[in-house]
Amino acid sequence: MAELTYRDALNAAMCQEMDRDDSVFLMGEEVAEYDGAYKVSRGMLARYGDRRVVDSPISELGFAGLCVGAATAGLRPICEFMTFNFSFLALDQVINNAAKMFYMSNGQISVPIVFRGPTGAALQLSAQHSQACETYYVHAPGVKLVTPATPADAKGLLAAAIRDDDPVAVMEGELLYNVRGEVPDEEYVIPLGVADLKRSGGDVSIITHGKMVHVALQAATMLARDGIEADVLDLRSIRPLDVDAILETVARTNRAVYLEEGWPFAGVGAQIVALIQEEAFDDLDAPVMRVTQADVPMPYAKNLEQLAKPGARGVVEACRRVL
Amino acid sequence: MLQATRETESGVANGDRSSAGGDADDAPGDVAVIEGFTREELHALLAEMLVYRRFEEKAEESYAIGRIGGFCHLHIGQEGLAAGAIRPLREDDLVITAYRDHTQAIAKGITPRAAMAELYGRVDGCSGGRGGSMHLFDATVGFMGGHGIVGGQIPLGTGLGWAIRYRGDDQICVCFMGDAAVNQGAFLESLNMAAIWHLPVIYVVENNEYGMGTAFSRVSATEMEARSGAYGIPAHTVNGQDVLETYRFFADMAERVRGGAGPQFVNAETYRFRGHSMSDPVSGTYRSKEEVESHVQEQDPIKLLRDRLMAADLLTQAELEAMDGEVRAVCEDAAEFADASPLPDPSTLYDHVYAEINEHGRLFLDGRGPGGAARGGTPGGGPAGGPGAAAGGPGGSAHG
Repeated sequence: MAELTYRDALNAAMCQEMDRDDSVFLMGEEVAEYDGAYKVSRGMLARYGDRRVVDSPISELGFAGLCVGAATAGLRPICEFMTFNFSFLALDQVINNAAKMFYMSNGQISVPIVFRGPTGAALQLSAQHSQACETYYVHAPGVKLVTPATPADAKGLLAAAIRDDDPVAVMEGELLYNVRGEVPDEEYVIPLGVADLKRSGGDVSIITHGKMVHVALQAATMLARDGIEADVLDLRSIRPLDVDAILETVARTNRAVYLEEGWPFAGVGAQIVALIQEEAFDDLDAPVMRVTQADVPMPYAKNLEQLAKPGARGVVEACRRVL
Repeated sequence: MLQATRETESGVANGDRSSAGGDADDAPGDVAVIEGFTREELHALLAEMLVYRRFEEKAEESYAIGRIGGFCHLHIGQEGLAAGAIRPLREDDLVITAYRDHTQAIAKGITPRAAMAELYGRVDGCSGGRGGSMHLFDATVGFMGGHGIVGGQIPLGTGLGWAIRYRGDDQICVCFMGDAAVNQGAFLESLNMAAIWHLPVIYVVENNEYGMGTAFSRVSATEMEARSGAYGIPAHTVNGQDVLETYRFFADMAERVRGGAGPQFVNAETYRFRGHSMSDPVSGTYRSKEEVESHVQEQDPIKLLRDRLMAADLLTQAELEAMDGEVRAVCEDAAEFADASPLPDPSTLYDHVYAEINEHGRLFLDGRGPGGAARGGTPGGGPAGGPGAAAGGPGGSAHG
C-alpha cells in the first residue's frame, strides 16, 4: 500500500492494463510528449513508445471515432479527452457509434473502449469549461459510466473499465488530481456497479458520486456537530447502478438527498429520485431532495461561481429539510 | 483475378460466379479477352452486377407492399462501383460504408438471403433484424456496416486502418462515403489522421453528384479531386460506371496500399438511377427527368458491360437471359427466405445492448430489462414480460 495522488493512481491503472494486454493503447491530445494536460500519463510515452501512447491532433470527433473504429477491430483504446467538455464535439461517435454498434450488429461487433478525462468545474474556468457531463453519456443505453472519487477507486475502476467489453466513460475530477490516498500496490480491479458507503450514519442518506463525495463528507461532518449522523453513499458507478445499495441506505435512514455537480433538469439525481420513489416509496419519511449546480451556465466571477456550485452548506440545508 | 466465389444458401450459384477463376487450364475462357479479363471473369462480373440490380428491384417491390419499412436507399445505377471496388479485395479486408449499403454488403460476402431478411427485419437477417436496411453487418466477411449518419463511418474506417497498422497486419480497409460526406468535419479530421499515421485505408467517394437533393457543386467550394490534397493524400478519379476500369483500378490500388502506399482518395463517378430513398421520386425539383433518362440510357454499368461483351461475341442473348434467370431466381429466393424468416423473439429486446452484463448493479433503468426487478413492483412492463422480466438475467452477454 502506497500513498498516491489520484493522478498517479490513474496512471498506475493504465500501466497495469497496458502491461498485461498489448491491445490497450492511449490516444488523446497531449498525452504523449507533454505527459498529459493534467500529467495523468506522465512517463508513459517513455515506457510504451509512440505506438501505444499517441498524441492526437485536436480533432475530438476524429480521434474518438478512430478509437471507436479500432475497438470494433478488437483493440482496447483508452481515448482521453482533455476534458469531457471537449467531447461534445465527439458525441456522434460516442452515442451513435460506440453505444449502438453492438446492438445494431446483433452482437457481432463489440466496442471495448474507455473514454476518460475530467468532468465538472474547476476554478473560474467559466461556462464552456465547467460542466458536469455525466448525463450526456449515461442517457444512452450501450454506454457505462464510472466516477471515481478517491485514488484507490480511480485505479480500480479505471482498470475495470479497460477490461470491460463495452464503452465505459471514466469521468474524473480536475480538482481531484492532487488528492492523495492509500492505493494497493498489487493488481486489482473494482467491479463496475458496486457503490461504496463512504460514511455510515443512519439519520439521513447523502447519495452522490465523483468529486461531490468530498463535499458530502464535509457536509456530514458539519451535520455531526449537531448530532445528525449521515450515510454518505458514493455510487462510484452510475451505469451499472448499484440499486441495492441505494435502497439499503434509504431503508435505514428513510430520508435521502442526492448531491451532484450537474444541472438538475434530467440529471443523474432525477433518475435516482425516480428510482427511490418507485422502489422505496414506503421507506420514505420525507421527499427526496436534490442539491445540484444552479440552473445556469457557470459564471466566471468568483462570487457568482461560488453561488452556482453545489456546496456543503446547501447539502446541510437539504438534509435539515428532510429531517 | 476474381476472388473465390460464394455459394448462396440455397445452393443456387449466383449467375456465373461459381465458374470464375476455376478450370483455368482446360477452359478456353482462361484467355484474357478484354483488358486482361477472361471470358469467365467478365461473365462473373456481369452476373454479380445483375444480382445487385435484381436484389434492389426486389427490395423496391417488397417496400411497396410493406414488407420493408423505414428508410431504404437503393444502389441502382451504382453497381459497377460495388463490384469493381469490392470484388478485388481479400475476404479479410475490411469494408465500411454509409446507409446505401445493400450491394456493398452482398459484394463483400453477405448472402442475398441474409441481406434481404435484414431489410425485412427478420431474425435471419445479417444483423438479426436489429439494424435494418441502413445497418447491415457481417464481421465474419469483413463488412463492418452500413452507418446512418453522413460521414460518421469515416473515422470508424480510419480506426479500422489504425487497428490493422497497430497489429502489423496486411489487410486494408476500404471506406465508402457519399459525395456529401466530404463536407463533414469527420472527413477532414480522418484524412489528416490517416495521412500522419500512414494508414492502409482507401477512402472512396461514391460521387453520384447529389447529396439527397442538393447538387455537390452547389454546396462545395472546390472540386472533389481537390479535397484530399490539403493532407497530401493522392486523389484518383475512376469511372464507376465502367466496372472493368473500376475493378482494375482497385485490384491494383488494394495491393499498393497493402504494400505500404498509405491512404488514398478515390473520386468514383457514378449516378443514382432512383430517388435518394423510397420516398423521393426518381427525378424532381433538383434534377430533370431528361438528366436521369440520359444516364439510364447511356451510363448503366450493366448495359455498358453487356453491350461490350456482345459486341466482342463473348455473350449471346441466350446466355444473358439464362444468367438473368438464375439471378432473378436467387433474388426471388432471398425474398421468399426473408418472408419465411420469423420476427425476432420479443424476449431478446435487451440482448446485445451490452457485450458484458456486469455482475453487479443495474444496467437497464426502465424496470423491464434484465436485472430490472423492482422491489414492490414497477408500473410498465410490456413485451419483455413486465417487472422482473430478467429473462435469464445476465443472459444478454453473448460476447465471445
